[in-house]
Order: sequence, then C-alpha cells, then structure tokens
Amino acid sequence: MAKVTMAQALNTALRDALSQDERVLVFGEDVGPLGGVFRITDGLTRDFGEERCFDTPLAESGIVGLAVGMAMGGFRPVVEMQFDAFAYPAFEQIASHVAKLRNRTRGLMSLPMVIRIPYAGGIGGVEHHSDSSEAYYAHTPGLKVVTPATAEDAYWLLRDAVADPDPVVFMEPKKLYWSKQEADLTRRGAAPFGRAAVRRPGRDATLVAYGPSVPVALEAAEVAAGEGVELEVVDLRTIVPFDDETVTASVRRTGRCLVLQEAQGFAGVGAEIAARVQERCFHSLAAPVLRVAGFDIPYPPPKLEHAHLPGVDRVLDAVDRLQFGDTPDLRHLGGRIEGAA
Amino acid sequence: MPGKTTRRTAQGLLPSAAPVRFVAEDGTAVARPPGGYTEPPAGLLREAYRRMVAGRRFDTQATALTKQGRLAVYPSSRGQEACQVAGALVLGEHDWLFPTYRDSVALVARGLDPVQVLTLLRGDWHCGYDPRAVRVAPQCTPLATQVLHAAGMAEALRRSGEPGAVLALVGDGGTSEGDFHEALNFAAVFASPVVFFVQNNKYAISVPLARQSAAPSLAYKGVGYGVPSEQVDGNDLVAVLAVLTAAMERARAGGGPTLVEAHTYRMDAHTNADDATRYRDAAEVEQWAGADPLARLEAHLLARGELTADDVERARAEAETAAADLRAAMDTEPVGDPLELFDHVFAEPTPQLREQRALLAAELTAEEG
Ligand SMILES: Cc1ncc(C[n+]2csc(CCOP(=O)(O)OP(=O)(O)O)c2C)c(N)n1
Ligand SMILES: [Mg+2]
Repeated sequence: MAKVTMAQALNTALRDALSQDERVLVFGEDVGPLGGVFRITDGLTRDFGEERCFDTPLAESGIVGLAVGMAMGGFRPVVEMQFDAFAYPAFEQIASHVAKLRNRTRGLMSLPMVIRIPYAGGIGGVEHHSDSSEAYYAHTPGLKVVTPATAEDAYWLLRDAVADPDPVVFMEPKKLYWSKQEADLTRRGAAPFGRAAVRRPGRDATLVAYGPSVPVALEAAEVAAGEGVELEVVDLRTIVPFDDETVTASVRRTGRCLVLQEAQGFAGVGAEIAARVQERCFHSLAAPVLRVAGFDIPYPPPKLEHAHLPGVDRVLDAVDRLQFGDTPDLRHLGGRIEGAA
Repeated sequence: MPGKTTRRTAQGLLPSAAPVRFVAEDGTAVARPPGGYTEPPAGLLREAYRRMVAGRRFDTQATALTKQGRLAVYPSSRGQEACQVAGALVLGEHDWLFPTYRDSVALVARGLDPVQVLTLLRGDWHCGYDPRAVRVAPQCTPLATQVLHAAGMAEALRRSGEPGAVLALVGDGGTSEGDFHEALNFAAVFASPVVFFVQNNKYAISVPLARQSAAPSLAYKGVGYGVPSEQVDGNDLVAVLAVLTAAMERARAGGGPTLVEAHTYRMDAHTNADDATRYRDAAEVEQWAGADPLARLEAHLLARGELTADDVERARAEAETAAADLRAAMDTEPVGDPLELFDHVFAEPTPQLREQRALLAAELTAEEG
C-alpha cells in the first residue's frame, strides 16, 4: 500500500468523482488554477477544464446558493469554503435551503451537493482560521456531517458524500491535511458511510473521538496502555448519521466512556454523545461519562492554542477521573453493573 | 468556463430615465414609449387580461379564506397583477420561475393548480407541487435567497446547453439583502441566462422605500455589477410584458442577465395579519387605486376594440367560477400525517429518525386509544 497524505487522498477523490460522473462540478474561491489555499483541488482545472472546476466571485452565500440552483438543475456541485469561519456568510443558505429542500418539496427534489470546509485548529492560524464549527451543522436537521481522520477515510467518505442523494457538509481537519498514511484508494477497506470505526480495541474505557481529535485519542491510548489502562478508541467518521450502535456496544463492553472533541465543550457534539451514552448505557456505566474538550473561549492566537487544545495530558487526566479505584455501592442497583468489582 | 462577458459601457447598462410605459393611467396609448421595445401582440394582451381578471379574483378569494381560517396567512398581491401575470406569460416551456411568498398569482397565471399553490400558506410543510414538472421553484420566504438559486439554475441551463432562461422575482426590500447582490454579480460574471425582476411595491412590511434605499431607482443596482437594467411602469401590463419579453429573449440568446424594476404598489396590507394604517395614509392608497393595472388594461383594450363588453363579462364569469371551485376545494381541512414529517428529511431516514418516528407513532396510538 502506498503512503498518501489526506490532502492527496481528497484530491484523488475529487478527480475520481469528476471522471466518473460528468454532473460533478467543483467550485469556490481560488479552487481553479491555484488549486485552493490548501491545494486540495490542485490540478483539477488543468486536467478537467474550466467547465468542471472553476473559481467564483468572492461570496460564500453566493457559492452555496448557486450550488443549490445548480443541483436543482441536475448538477452535483462540490463547493469549497476557504476556511471554517468564512463559511458563516453561507449559513442562511445552508440552514434554510440546503438542509430543507427535500422536505419542502415532500421528497420530490433532493440536493445532492457537498460543502467542503477545512476546519479546526492546530496549524497556528491567525484569528478566524481555526474554528470548530461542526456543531452548527450537526444541529441542523437535513444535513449529513462528515469528518475524516485518516487519508483512507478522507478518500472514501468524500466519494460517498459526492454520491449521496442528500447534502453533505464535509469537514476536513486541516491539521491532518499533511499527515501521511498507508491508504488503499483503489479497493474499499473503509467502513460504510454512517458507521463509526473502532481504531484501537481496549477493555477498560471507551474514548470517542472524531476528525482532528482521533490522532490525539490514539496517542493518549498508547500512553494509557503503558500505565495499564486499555482505552478503546472509536472514530465517529460521520457525526450525522450518528452511529449509536457502535458507540453503545463499545461502552457496554468497557463500562466507562470519555468523549474527546477539539471544539469548545458547551452545547457541543461531545455533550450530545455523552447524553446518548448515558441514556443507552446507564446500567453498564461504572463512572460518569466525561467530556474532554476545548475551552469555551474564542479560538486563541497561534502562540496560545496549545493551552486550549485538548491534548494527551488532558485526556489522561480525564482517564484518572474515571473512578477506577472506587468500589461502587451496588445495593440499589441489584448488583448488576457489568465489569464492576 | 465563465461566459463571454463583453465589458459594456456604463451608459449602455443604465435604465431608461423614466419608467417605460406603453399605456397611460386612463388607458390611452403613450405616443413614443422609450427603450425601443416591441409592443406585445394583441392576442397575448387579451390572454393577459383574462389572467389578470382571474388573478385579481383569486387574490381576493385567498384573502377571504384567511378570514374563515382556511388559510394560515396570505400575502396579497392586489395591485401588482400586471407584474404577476406578465411574469408568468413571458415563460416558455423550458424557462424556470423562482417566486416569493408574494407571487401566488404569478403561479396561478403560470397554470398551477390554485389549491397546490396555497399549500404552504394553508399551513402545510411543503410547497404542494413538483417544481420540476412545472418548472417553478417552491415559493421562497427567506428574502432574496431564491435569487441565488435562480442564478444557479440559469448556470445549470447554460452549462448543460439546455434552452431556456430563468425569471427571479424579488421585492424592493429584498434588494437590500446580500444574496440579491451576490446573485447579480455571479450572473454577470458567468453571463447566466437570468432576469431579475423587482416588484417595487413601495413597502417592505411597514418600511417605505425611502428608508430602504437611496438609489435613484432600484434598477440602478444592476449597473455596478455590469448588468443591463431597466425600469418599467409596473401597473402597465403592456410595458411590463414588453420589457420582460426583451430581457428573457436576450437571456435565452446568450446575452446574460438583466435587472428589471417595476414600479407598482401593494394595495393591501403586507398580509392579512398586518395593519397598514399604522404606517401609511389612506390618501396614498387612494391615489394608487387610480393607477389600477387591471382597469388600465381593460380600458386600453376596450378602446382599441381588442376587447368587447362580452369578453369582459366572460372573463369575470370564468374568474368567479374558479373562485367558487377554490372555495369548495378549500372547504375541507387537509389532514396531514404527522409521521410523514420524518420521511423527507433525508432520502433514507437515519436510525435516530426511525426511532423518533416510532416514538411519535406510539404517542399517537396512545392518544387514539
Ligand atoms: C431574511 C429575511 N428577513 C426578514 C424576513 C421577514 N419579512 C418577510 S416579508 C418582509 C418584507 C419584504 O419586503 P419586500 O422585499 O419589499 O417584498 P414584499 O413583501 O413587499 O413583496 C420581511 C422583512 C424574511 N422573510 N426573510
Ligand atoms: Mg415590497
């Protein structure tokens, strides 16, 4: 298997989608000859022509609104928002139209379109270049929200997103663009769209993560293993649809759960996961579900982002708070806590 | 690839100094209408007249239905029928219309089933018709957002080499929204076949035009984007039809977008729920009543001998029958299935939506039991 970066995997996915379906179009700001500020669309205009990959005027609502009309007209637009925080002008189009057209036409009109958003921090970006905006989209009914953590997933999930009959907000963890991994982009090994993946099995606690936090979770699991705690790392891959089944099965096995997200914690995706886990796994839990997240502050400047981002240490501190040393009082529970001492 | 944008001179983009007008308020023909537009054929004007009579009756019927609780809300376009009907009549079989909540009469004039047209306003959750079958987008409420969709559809037509052009409807207030400007700019750069048609009815709910814009006229908003623009007397059906026909023909022929502003007036309140006496004088409304578009076309066609008293009677009788049919059709409350609310969120419901659907189904069964 060849080693590829996530950026290359995304570029290959766009190339393959453009080759296989002539209705697919790629457009946005600087995605043409420049290849996008992150070079994800590198060479697409050269190889597929201006007709298939082109620059638009600078207006995010315009890009998404245009894509809505073009999808109504039979195309399958894949648009790029240049950065997370610069997608906000498009929010009205996304929330009021992209997410709702199928419903507003009683299923008669679908919007097969993909909105690609480089998101989250860790690259030393100046202000407005590092927002974790996934919760806004995940909170909007009618949108699928995807975020890959590996090059292989980046390829297959983007191919799935382009082929999906419904709109997909495809969130690319920009700090992972240049991470190199072995990946097979020709034969599908990746899990189906909508399913989470267990990235590392472990018996002591489940660590749920997605997108930019998955490598942090894996690193933390490695360190924890050295200290005698085996963490099972679940990578969500798609936030919507959410794979309750995989998460629930894991937590029922381990009896403990941590949720890791880079985004600010309040009202975030992690809060939703924590709630779902305790609703479904209450009798299997030997400790409260803990969230490990960024702080509820505007994303800090480059020199301070390390203080904000949940890293291995913050995860391990949370592992310590999973009450491994406690002897649970089982009387009112009838003694049915699995895995309890 | 962006369309061939030949940079036009600013002069060539400017609208006529005064609104284009073919017929004066008293129904007499204007000697030399500006702009060199072709007068529409008499047969089309007679058809327009019939649809305006039908549209006016539909509109008053819909307002009446709100009083009986049969419609949740109705934004009347009484006084704007020349725009509504001309907007429908310029559409060929390949063309698309992107309307707002205000444009029900345009949809009826386009031939859509009036009951389907009123689906949303009846309080349902979907638009009521198949947009592709009738080439009309769902009526749009978030202001000016539909103008971008129209530009996108126009780009889709252009890029796939399909015939046809797109007509986008928007209000005077809507021209202040960013999406309106982005749409003009995109369409100009790509030379998309779209006509932006502003019905300037002088109010955005309660806010008068003077508080909305300081532009010499809203038509001037096209100039900065390189979009040829025109202004027209919106209560003169002949003029609106002539100007829109030319704009749509240019779009279909690859000449790119046009902005057309129609000066008209909203005779009723914003909707049945609004009280217009709080922000405008009866005298102003009275004055516009004298510029009524339907009376004007009727007087004009009668004077030209293109219409007889019999024709007028027949048109009114037909409209009356349609109104009675509408009343009868709206007499029953539509019974929506609450469970269907889960069915069109995605092509395939997520596991969570399936669970919630089952939960609601159980609740409903418990209520019945
Ligand atoms: C984005 C947005 N903001 C506010 C509203 C509430 N609203 C509905 S109609 C309206 C006035 C629109 O005026 P105009 O564009 O002139 O159209 P008209 O109603 O006169 O036809 C407002 C403010 C809305 N529908 N969408
Ligand atoms: Mg108005």
